[in-house]
Amino acid sequence: MTALTHILSKVKLQVTDNEHTYSHVEAKPYSNPYYVGFGLGLVLLAAFVIMGRGLGASGAVSSVVTVGVNAVAPEHAQSNGYFSSYLGDGSVSPLKDWLVFEVLGVIFGGFLSGMLAGRVKGGVEKGPRVKTRTRFIFAFIGGTLMGFGAKLARGCTSGQALTGGALLGLGSWAFMLAVFAGGYAVAYFMRRQWR
Amino acid sequence: MNAPFYKFDLFGFDVSLIIAFAIGIGFGFALERGGFGSARILAAQFYFTNMRVLKVMFTAIVTAMIGVFYLSYIGYLDLSLVFISDTYIIPQVVGGLILGMGFIIGGYCPGTSFVAFSTGKKDAIVFILGVTFGIFIFAELFPFIEDFYYSTNMGRVTLPDYFGLSYGMVVFLVVLMALGAFAAAEWGERVMAKKGESK
Repeated sequence: MTALTHILSKVKLQVTDNEHTYSHVEAKPYSNPYYVGFGLGLVLLAAFVIMGRGLGASGAVSSVVTVGVNAVAPEHAQSNGYFSSYLGDGSVSPLKDWLVFEVLGVIFGGFLSGMLAGRVKGGVEKGPRVKTRTRFIFAFIGGTLMGFGAKLARGCTSGQALTGGALLGLGSWAFMLAVFAGGYAVAYFMRRQWR
Repeated sequence: MNAPFYKFDLFGFDVSLIIAFAIGIGFGFALERGGFGSARILAAQFYFTNMRVLKVMFTAIVTAMIGVFYLSYIGYLDLSLVFISDTYIIPQVVGGLILGMGFIIGGYCPGTSFVAFSTGKKDAIVFILGVTFGIFIFAELFPFIEDFYYSTNMGRVTLPDYFGLSYGMVVFLVVLMALGAFAAAEWGERVMAKKGESK
């Protein structure tokens, strides 16, 4: 409990810092990747032991998309093979879903970590040679490919590569290698955006 | 066998949602600590200048893999009750290629985009809108790609099954592979750092 109060007091401190002496807040460097990986591995292991399932992210977006389409065109959503699988028999909202709550936790956990390290600040992630507008266009195109690819592969980096990778699923490992292959194949053409 | 707890009815669906939120916090916290809320760091993986993605990913995979192996070996975790998605090899490889391209073009994956969003990155919001649109397109096209989506189904198949090796042997080989990858990553970063200085 004391630990929690300690963390919360730090968060509060950071908030006031950001409001008043924003430019003086020095962002802490990121943690050692091997320690982070070990911690992430334990979170994943906890999910296996407690729930019998791993982590995910894209599935939560699918639930939101389904609810959106169902609100606008319910008949269309129910007749579509993909949306209907998320709607089920209609007794439970697709938003009352494990992955939706997990992703809400991801947003909160990321914010908490960023706050504690003084890394929460607005901005656009891009290389110096590219305009914000261009970056936004690529972010949207990349996101679209990502959403489509994740659905085709039955999961994204979290659900397939990380979770399926740790469980040694054949499809997950093939997927993971394909992700790296696809990324490296296109990286050269995208270098202006990042470097 | 005591675990997975949920599958042995130690708690109900509503409680599982609270656990989902708690596990999500750990997941998001770790991703942010690792620098995964920054598209430039994620993209650097594909230019060999910063290999954090590989290091974090493979350390996490190895940690969870050894944990699952050990807990099932001592009879604590019933692995048959842990969800492993079925293998549909061709759609998964094609999906992976598309997703990998989307990764370097967009700069995030779905999980990391939520972390970037929570720490204030505007491009992450645009990316999330893109993911939403991509999923919408997929669902709308689903009737036309349904056959492909369900093709090359191999069922629940793991690397030990496929290669005819023991579970422990595959775990050992993956650990070896990860150690090799870590050594290569550390070496590659040093080479790229030198290259950067001489420019």
